[in-house]
Amino acid sequence: MSNAAYPANRQEKTSGVNPATTSGDARIVSRRWLLFKAAIALNGAVGLVLAVPIFRYLLAPWRKDASYESWVSLGALDEFPVGETRLANYKNPSADPWDGQTDNVACYVRREGPGEFKVFAINCAHLGCPVRWFPQSQLFMCPCHGGVYYADGSRASGPPERGLFTYNWKIVSDNLQIDAGQMPTLSNTAKLVTISTRPGDSKCSG
Amino acid sequence: MQRMKQTALDIYAWFERRLQLEGPVKEAVLHQVPRQTASWWYVFGSAAFTLLFLQIFTGILLALVYVPSAGHAWQSLNVLNHQIPLGWFLRALHGWGSNFMVAIVLIHMAQVFLFGAYKFPRELTWILGVFLLLMTLGMAFTGQVLRFDQDAYWGLGIGASIMSRVPWIGSGLVHLLLGGPIIAGATLSRFFALHVFVIPGTLLLFVFLHVWMVLKLGVNDWPMPGRVVRRATYMEEYHHLAHTDGIPFVPGAFWKDLVFSGAILAAVAVCAMVFGPFGPGGQPDPSIIQTVPKPDFFFLWIYTILSYLPPQMETPFLLIVPLLAIAILLALPLVAAEGEKSWYRRPVAVLVVSTVAVCFGVLTHLGTTTPWSPHMSAWSGDPLPVNRIHDATPLARQGAVVFQAKQCRNCHSVGGSGGERGPALDAVATRLTIDQMRFKVVTGGGNMPAYGKNLSPSEIEALVRFLETLHPANEPPAYDASRRTVEASQAADSAGEASSLRANEGSTP
Ligand code: HEC
Repeated sequence: MSNAAYPANRQEKTSGVNPATTSGDARIVSRRWLLFKAAIALNGAVGLVLAVPIFRYLLAPWRKDASYESWVSLGALDEFPVGETRLANYKNPSADPWDGQTDNVACYVRREGPGEFKVFAINCAHLGCPVRWFPQSQLFMCPCHGGVYYADGSRASGPPERGLFTYNWKIVSDNLQIDAGQMPTLSNTAKLVTISTRPGDSKCSG
Repeated sequence: MQRMKQTALDIYAWFERRLQLEGPVKEAVLHQVPRQTASWWYVFGSAAFTLLFLQIFTGILLALVYVPSAGHAWQSLNVLNHQIPLGWFLRALHGWGSNFMVAIVLIHMAQVFLFGAYKFPRELTWILGVFLLLMTLGMAFTGQVLRFDQDAYWGLGIGASIMSRVPWIGSGLVHLLLGGPIIAGATLSRFFALHVFVIPGTLLLFVFLHVWMVLKLGVNDWPMPGRVVRRATYMEEYHHLAHTDGIPFVPGAFWKDLVFSGAILAAVAVCAMVFGPFGPGGQPDPSIIQTVPKPDFFFLWIYTILSYLPPQMETPFLLIVPLLAIAILLALPLVAAEGEKSWYRRPVAVLVVSTVAVCFGVLTHLGTTTPWSPHMSAWSGDPLPVNRIHDATPLARQGAVVFQAKQCRNCHSVGGSGGERGPALDAVATRLTIDQMRFKVVTGGGNMPAYGKNLSPSEIEALVRFLETLHPANEPPAYDASRRTVEASQAADSAGEASSLRANEGSTP
């Protein structure tokens, strides 16, 4: 029995005797298999237990939109003349020290009346490229795929499905504040709006 | 001499006794392959393999200096470019190596497809290959992000915008992609981890399995019209072929692989030397909006598609077509595991490859010229050709000023300069009557914004009077026939009145 347990013993193998049976009775073999399976199960259980915190860690950024947003100031009201659209910058409210310049975010402020504002995201509603404002023709144009918007943010032409994204705003002690903190995309800002076929009367205002 | 040789052999034997690599290596190197596979057509896979190692090697060298922090990555790239001796060359090698690798992987795939090499028993080799292609593209995209400049920043924005279109979980996916609510430090950190650990690790594992199967299953035999693959008989036929008309893999076929790999490495080096590194472009500051973001070469075709899709089709297209394409590629060997390998008997396959190649070429070319993008500074930078306004009336000149100032030029070229978003207006007056032009300007339509609210009536009048002058000297402007009749009858009426007046006059004695 002792020798036969080694597979190196060719003599035994070629003689047609199965080493498994000579190495002992079936009970020993099945006990080894049982231990083996138990070991697998143990590792599986530990793996499962570990998977929970790992997934929790990986999914950490997956949070409610609102939890990322907070009110930031764009500056004093008189920086924004009535009837004009101005580029404004703010610092991302949840900035980290290693963000570098990426937490400077730009937006367009249009003052429609003394207490009436519209604050547009810089990001084109098509694919997020930075739109540029042309005061002469009162149009926003996107350099990427040629999306164009009117001064009120509604879609003028090109591939965007809707008008420019807007931020909620409020006035706090002569300061314009907006509810900001995340990149505006189709999933977190007002949902899709049907495109009107007549130009100039798009119903979407964000 | 003799003794030295003996010592060398002894040392070799010492190692071999412990490593025991001689057997497997000899088996891999000397296995018989069909004679015709020792062809220049079969060199692309090994070239891709070589390029992968060039990328790993140059990537590690770059990582010695690169700082994966959103605050410093851009500066560290500039230090590599300008301060570290030959840092620019290493960046150029890595950048060009990437382009070559994507290109070679695509060519390899086309070759393997045309030679029917995905058929039984090499289905899994193909399926792993599809994942290798995806990972290579993934490396190219994440690499573009690590070159943390404006293009990288807005490229991420495009990625996030695409992600956000996924129903229900879009916003969560955007957060996962960016590592937070906006593109910031966390974004670069996770793309660094993807580019340096996750994707290359998986890539190496898959490459190992891919090559392992190539060695175990043998190089695909040269397709012969009429030699049909059948599961039941193929293995036997292949081994028969490899042994009756075969040669050992090394050196018979391998020398060509070596030559080609060397040539490709040399080509990468020459490109790196001559054309230099890619970027970095402007600094990744999102408040600098004077930028025209553009993806890297191999993603330009997607950029083009995104500009031509009708708005309503975009989201379904973006979400469905890539998955469908990958599913088709993965299913191909399972569906078509048997049958003819030769391209002479597979016209559809040839058609598919040539169609894809032509589409890729055309879309990429359009992506380099981006005719759909307004030229942001054409209105102020491209003056009207003088001969266009030389003989113009004061009103038309006034219109020319409106034309420039209202950014019409950003989308419309005159005299060969200006945007190409809308049609060139050099001869617009021969196509449209003045009323039609007025209507177009006021109401827009078909990618032309409506200017009705932004122009005063007098500006519009001046503008269309200018547009009316835009026709070749020998071609009269278009006119409205009914309008002419009206004008003619008006003229006739007034003439009639005049003559009757005169008649009256005449009748007075
Ligand atoms: C955002 C880009 C854009 C701007 C800015 C723009 N256009 Fe257009 N324009 C277009 C497009 C696109 C068309 C083609 C529309 C179509 O398919 O019907 C067009 C068509 C026209 C046409 C008809 C041309 C033809 O041959 O059918 C005229 C005339 C015209 N534009 C004049 C102007 C004038 C004048 C201005 C400035 C006040 C202007 N456009 C500004 C994009 C633009």
